[in-house]
Amino acid sequence: MMWPEARVWAALIAMGLATYLVRLAGFYVLKGFTPRGRMKAALDALPPAVLMAVIAPTVLATGPAETGAALLTAGAAALRLPMVVVILIGVVSVVLLRLVLG
Amino acid sequence: MPRRDDIGAGVRDMAAILVAAAPIGLLWGTLAAGKGFSALEAWLMSVFVFAGASQFVAIELWQTPVDVFAVALAVFIVNLRHILMAASLSRQVGAVKPALIPLMAYVLVDEAWALSERRALSQKFSLAYYLTCGFGMWITWTTSTALGAWLGRSFGDPAALGIDFAFSAMFIGIIAGFWKGPKTAAVLAVAGGVAALAKLTVPGAWYILAGGLSGVVMAAALYREGDNDVA
Repeated sequence: MMWPEARVWAALIAMGLATYLVRLAGFYVLKGFTPRGRMKAALDALPPAVLMAVIAPTVLATGPAETGAALLTAGAAALRLPMVVVILIGVVSVVLLRLVLG
Repeated sequence: MPRRDDIGAGVRDMAAILVAAAPIGLLWGTLAAGKGFSALEAWLMSVFVFAGASQFVAIELWQTPVDVFAVALAVFIVNLRHILMAASLSRQVGAVKPALIPLMAYVLVDEAWALSERRALSQKFSLAYYLTCGFGMWITWTTSTALGAWLGRSFGDPAALGIDFAFSAMFIGIIAGFWKGPKTAAVLAVAGGVAALAKLTVPGAWYILAGGLSGVVMAAALYREGDNDVA
């Protein structure tokens, strides 16, 4: 089996530390911290805002097929369908829309 | 309650979640294989990072040779939410041996956190229950991602099958779980708009930080006294 090269190891360790230190910090640095009011509203928005930012280039700035498929997927997600079904609807619609829209 | 019962409860509560997580792990492995990952490399990444959403982002940004700072920054930003989950859990762990906290931190994934917090509403926090949930996910995630990378080598071009879009579709599904009404729409519109603009103008992973921060600022700006009471 292929042994990872040095640069890949560096990335794995950097990503691992970035994740683990965040998780540890919550237990030690922010021990017992309970956000309230405006602070809570802002922090509650962090996960969806970050996830939206991650997919924005693909769903908003790639082409009409990706944007259309994203809307269909959002419709499926709004119906609270199981995650695997939501993903399937997204994948099938992007393939079909790419065929239709070129 | 004896520890054996806590482990059994953890297995029962996690079972459906693990069945749903396995295909997503396979999918991640497939995308990783598309970027040249071997099964070993995919497994190592799942062991080192062990955070699904951020692993999808890292693979999306992955190039050969990899930009170490860009992927680490992206993973950091996507996983920042875990600091709040850990802080919340830290209020429950008074009876836990301090030496076991680093182990708890390692398996702090969304699902284990959510189940443990929910259970802690009605009974005492159980380390055995939490670790069963966490390591149940660990076994499922590391195995399915490595298997996906191993199988993925035979798939060819992911774009032809629409698999490249599966990542965005999954995130749309996760975002829907955070929906709280029109204010969420405003937050998402700002985060998405700023991120798309930043991606087109600034190289690297900064668009994630720019979009995420503007969404957070938008949420703070829209806050009105008493909002959290009804949420």
